[in-house]
Amino acid sequence: MSKIIEHLEEATIRFAGDSGDGMQLVGTQFSDTSGFAGNEVNTFPDYPSEIRAPEGTLYGVSAFQVHFGKEHIHTTGDFIDVLVAMNASSLKVNKANLKTGGIILANTEGFDARNLQLAGYASNPLEDGSLADYTVYAINMSREIKSQLSDIDVPAKTLAKTKNIFALGITYWLFNRPLEPTVEWINRKFKGKDDVVLANVHVLRAGWNFAEKHDLFQKQYVIDKSPLPRGRYRSLTGNQGVALGLVVAARKARLPLFLGSYPITPATEILQAISGYKKYGVRHLQAEDEIAGICSAIGAAFGGSLAATTTSGPGLSLKTEAMGLAVMTELPLVIIDVQRAGPSTGLPTKPEQSDLLMAMFGRHGEAPMPVLAAASPSDCFAMTLEAARLALKYMTPVLLLSDGYIGQASEPWRIPEPDTLPEIEAHFATNLADFAPYRRDPETLRRLWALPGFQGMEHRIGGLEKEDGSGNVSHEPANHERMVHIRAEKVERIAHDIPEAQVEGPLSGDLLMISWGSTYGAAKTAFEKLRASGHPLSHLHLRHLNPFPKNLGDILQRFERVVVPELNTGHLKWLLQARYLKPVVSISKVQGKPFKSVELEEKLKALLLNNPVAV
Amino acid sequence: MKTQIDELLERPHEGSLVYSAKDFKPNVDVRWCAGCGAISVLSPSQRLMPELGVPKEKIVYVSGIGCSGRFPYYMDTYGFHSIHGRALAIASGLKIARPDLSVWVVTGDGDNMSIGGNHFIHTCRRNVDLNIMMFNNEVYSLTKGQYSPTSHRGQITKSSPLGVLDDPFNPVALALGAGATFVARGHDKDRAQLQSLLKRASEHRGVSFIEIYTNCRIFNDGAFDLYTNADTRDNHTVFLEHGKPLIFGKEKNRGIILDGYTPRAVNLEDGDYSVNDLLIHNEKDSTLAFILANMTYSEDLPRPMGVLQAIHREPYEARVTAQIEHEIETKGEGDLEKLLMGESSWVV
Repeated sequence: MSKIIEHLEEATIRFAGDSGDGMQLVGTQFSDTSGFAGNEVNTFPDYPSEIRAPEGTLYGVSAFQVHFGKEHIHTTGDFIDVLVAMNASSLKVNKANLKTGGIILANTEGFDARNLQLAGYASNPLEDGSLADYTVYAINMSREIKSQLSDIDVPAKTLAKTKNIFALGITYWLFNRPLEPTVEWINRKFKGKDDVVLANVHVLRAGWNFAEKHDLFQKQYVIDKSPLPRGRYRSLTGNQGVALGLVVAARKARLPLFLGSYPITPATEILQAISGYKKYGVRHLQAEDEIAGICSAIGAAFGGSLAATTTSGPGLSLKTEAMGLAVMTELPLVIIDVQRAGPSTGLPTKPEQSDLLMAMFGRHGEAPMPVLAAASPSDCFAMTLEAARLALKYMTPVLLLSDGYIGQASEPWRIPEPDTLPEIEAHFATNLADFAPYRRDPETLRRLWALPGFQGMEHRIGGLEKEDGSGNVSHEPANHERMVHIRAEKVERIAHDIPEAQVEGPLSGDLLMISWGSTYGAAKTAFEKLRASGHPLSHLHLRHLNPFPKNLGDILQRFERVVVPELNTGHLKWLLQARYLKPVVSISKVQGKPFKSVELEEKLKALLLNNPVAV
Repeated sequence: MKTQIDELLERPHEGSLVYSAKDFKPNVDVRWCAGCGAISVLSPSQRLMPELGVPKEKIVYVSGIGCSGRFPYYMDTYGFHSIHGRALAIASGLKIARPDLSVWVVTGDGDNMSIGGNHFIHTCRRNVDLNIMMFNNEVYSLTKGQYSPTSHRGQITKSSPLGVLDDPFNPVALALGAGATFVARGHDKDRAQLQSLLKRASEHRGVSFIEIYTNCRIFNDGAFDLYTNADTRDNHTVFLEHGKPLIFGKEKNRGIILDGYTPRAVNLEDGDYSVNDLLIHNEKDSTLAFILANMTYSEDLPRPMGVLQAIHREPYEARVTAQIEHEIETKGEGDLEKLLMGESSWVV
């Protein structure tokens, strides 16, 4: 019988199951395939802190969400259109986010008595009528796999591990996605394991065919291609973006790259990626602790490397003293903080933006440091290059904030031609005649990088206060005061070297929303929707947080009210108020989850209608 | 891929490589207390430098915090006076990034055994080619006299007015346990001996650890007199020499034998033992090194000085370089375009 085809602008699918069910894998495949099919995509892996939590439990549910569509895909999707639920618990924890009328693709094997009990269901939701508001496809996947693949000679054990691929095949049918990218991936991934390749490729097709032939499936969805700029694309997570950015920055600066790091969720993927880049000449140290991570990077920076250290909140706390040393010795250093919910161990796998004030002020003494924040996964690449540029040009440590959300999330990224990326400048001392370790460039106030191994420039640096110019140790009161101001001024002058802030929407008026970091996607979506419905809202996104763009103060004065959504209790609000003496309204969220665009939309609408906002 | 660093370092050394100790004395006042043991390490260091055959600009001294931390200011080489306990982490990064440099680390018993203890054991384990001089004065001096991780039980200090309750680290045993390949002990009262130990350390490829007894005249004066003063040290220390029997005593009349695994001091004059019975030192024998290290706090045995162990293991930074070279050799130099492309990509 013929099936109905419906055109959609966008959709959100969530693959959910046990930690061992392979949900991250099929989610990634769905995401890549959607990018390949020409859509805008935004994804988010949502997994428990436990590595292999007990099977069937509510806290062991691992999920991967893909938001894809023709245009305006800035977030991972507020609500779910299609939920793949491999067991009862994965239905239970995700149902609240499922749209009324949405699709549930359930594996009935995960809804046996034990699974139902673990999920806290008194009766089977697939059978008791409680899902009447949804379209439910309840399938015994193992049985279907077995019956579809009866003529293929593969060990039962291998087949048993392909349920996720079967579900993926069904979702490919639902959204009319091509199978080729995943078939190619299977061939690459399981090269040499013929049984596994055979089983997975057949099961993927079996999933598709099952949906195509079965009466259960009446409707197929089509999403048109996005009007993307031409070019070659790949899927990129924020952490991949940072790793690539570091390698590219080093090449563009023609410097060796050194990474000193210690594994920590959710930043570890950067260290892992870099550790495999040996053929790019990269040197790295998986250090004994966070402190050694940054200190080894400082040592490498002293030796002339583009040096970096990567971490998350608890690690940033440990690195603070060494950051002060990098400020004092005026060595270039890129520090990347993939923020997670704190304090202390907090919610290690969940995002938050609550390290901003620490990034600004979390060092003893007067220790100013440029602070940047990436807006999206692909922006992590661009901002890593920017961090390296500023570090090398101004001889300063630079702190780049990412977070667990954009660090792990992915989106299609138009791959730049390496040759088209700008060169990055570094300034070495080479003139013996006028060499002094702390002699400064009058414009940028940077000192020159004097390299051990360079004859005639033997000198000592360190954490003790330096005499202006000579760099000799000095305890002289007026000198200390002068040096404190010079170090601050050096950072302030960066404001002349960064793009001015851009306002979207009216350039002046009633309400300006200022977002920073990973709230970009939700803020942008909410802004676009409110603008489309005629609301006089303006939006500005900040990538440079210290110093702020030099026109920011003027912009703020042009608006009656300023509102800042952030995943903390008001850090940027605090900074803006202190800096510009302008009252700022805060939209705060600290649940270890990113904003939904719809919740921002509601709160902004209330503000626009002059209602008090519940924050 | 040639970097700016490669180009900057291509400049050949101009002039002679023949130095004198004077070339390593910067024009600054030495601000340690008169009679400080650290001063006694400075001149052997400055005298050693001309013997290394290394261009001065290739030498870097890295220090942490404490009285020892000032050392780099007194050596006219490149220097980095860092933060408390972290000298080894900074020096490790420097050496891994720049294997061409001769990197020396100056630290103390507080800096290295306490706040920097973690970096110490891991640097030993990795075998980074660093020369570590640890000034041990068994007290915190720069903070004016608290006990340190090498202070002995019962020691009276400002923070232990009723006596220290902790047992001390035995630094050489800790270094051996952590996998250090070169482990030695010297002291501030015999500069020639110290200079020869520093030379051995500099020649060793891999981590070199020298514990140096340095007297603190102000807060722990005389702590090592028994082992360092000319009139007592011969009877209370044994100087280890590779391939030679362990003989000590002013009259060279005593020696060390091994009774099972236990070292015992014997008299060579009463007829029971001769030189042939004595333990022969072998720097390559790690088991022996532990036995010797454990003589340190024994009341019945002389304290071992000199080189306890010198074994070879490929230095860490050389392994890093080899891994990079192997990758480039087998896979070709990394191509940026391919890197950015990743595993799968598509054209729009």
